[in-house]
Amino acid sequence: MGLARKRQRHVGYNQGVSVTILFFASIADALGHRRLELPSAPGDTVESVCDRLMTAHPQLERFRPTLLFALDEEYVKPSAPVPAGATLALIPPVSGG
Amino acid sequence: MLIRVTEAPLDIAEAVAAVETNAAGAVNVFLGNVRDNNLGRRVDHLVYDAYPSMAEKVMREIAEEAKARFGLLDCAVLHRTGRLELGETSLLIAVSSGHRAESFEGGHWLVNQIKKRVPVWKKEVWEDGEAWIEGPESMGLQQAPAGMR
Repeated sequence: MGLARKRQRHVGYNQGVSVTILFFASIADALGHRRLELPSAPGDTVESVCDRLMTAHPQLERFRPTLLFALDEEYVKPSAPVPAGATLALIPPVSGG
Repeated sequence: MLIRVTEAPLDIAEAVAAVETNAAGAVNVFLGNVRDNNLGRRVDHLVYDAYPSMAEKVMREIAEEAKARFGLLDCAVLHRTGRLELGETSLLIAVSSGHRAESFEGGHWLVNQIKKRVPVWKKEVWEDGEAWIEGPESMGLQQAPAGMR
């Protein structure tokens, strides 16, 4: 509940300007963070957001060939549009079970 | 349907109770446990990371699909995260059906789909190092869900 309120407030003042990116496992270790925000740009796709992320954090480039992407908790193609305020998760090859 | 990603130990009795109904002549339970070796290395313990909200969503989708495909009556799918010691259970699946064949086949299919699609990752910790295991059975490239590449 506290989380939901926090998210609402966040979307409130940041609406239209940023994309939240989530990191897990190996790629979170390489970045040293589990989430960050990037300014969003008109016409953004998963690919274009990823390009800007990799430019800012080149140590993540080596993960790119095997990454999948989820937008607001749904697997999407790299060509999928990314609306402002969306949450993009970078999904390394999964290994649960 | 019982679907959960949790740091707490998994309870077999809870999962079985969740899927039992009087129409179920069969209940099949699968435990995925932490093994002391992998690819010839001695494993000390595992650490699981997850995207919990999406993991539960995908687990629910897979369970619904399993029910429809195999005619299961109910499913419970639980995955544990955080540090797990040898012998502890990381994945617990229980399925119920009218007869045994569906619950064996449906349960087997569920385990395979969970391992392929759910955003959960394991890190192996050895005596002399550690590594995130990436991809099915730790080898090879990620299999993309249909049409995602």
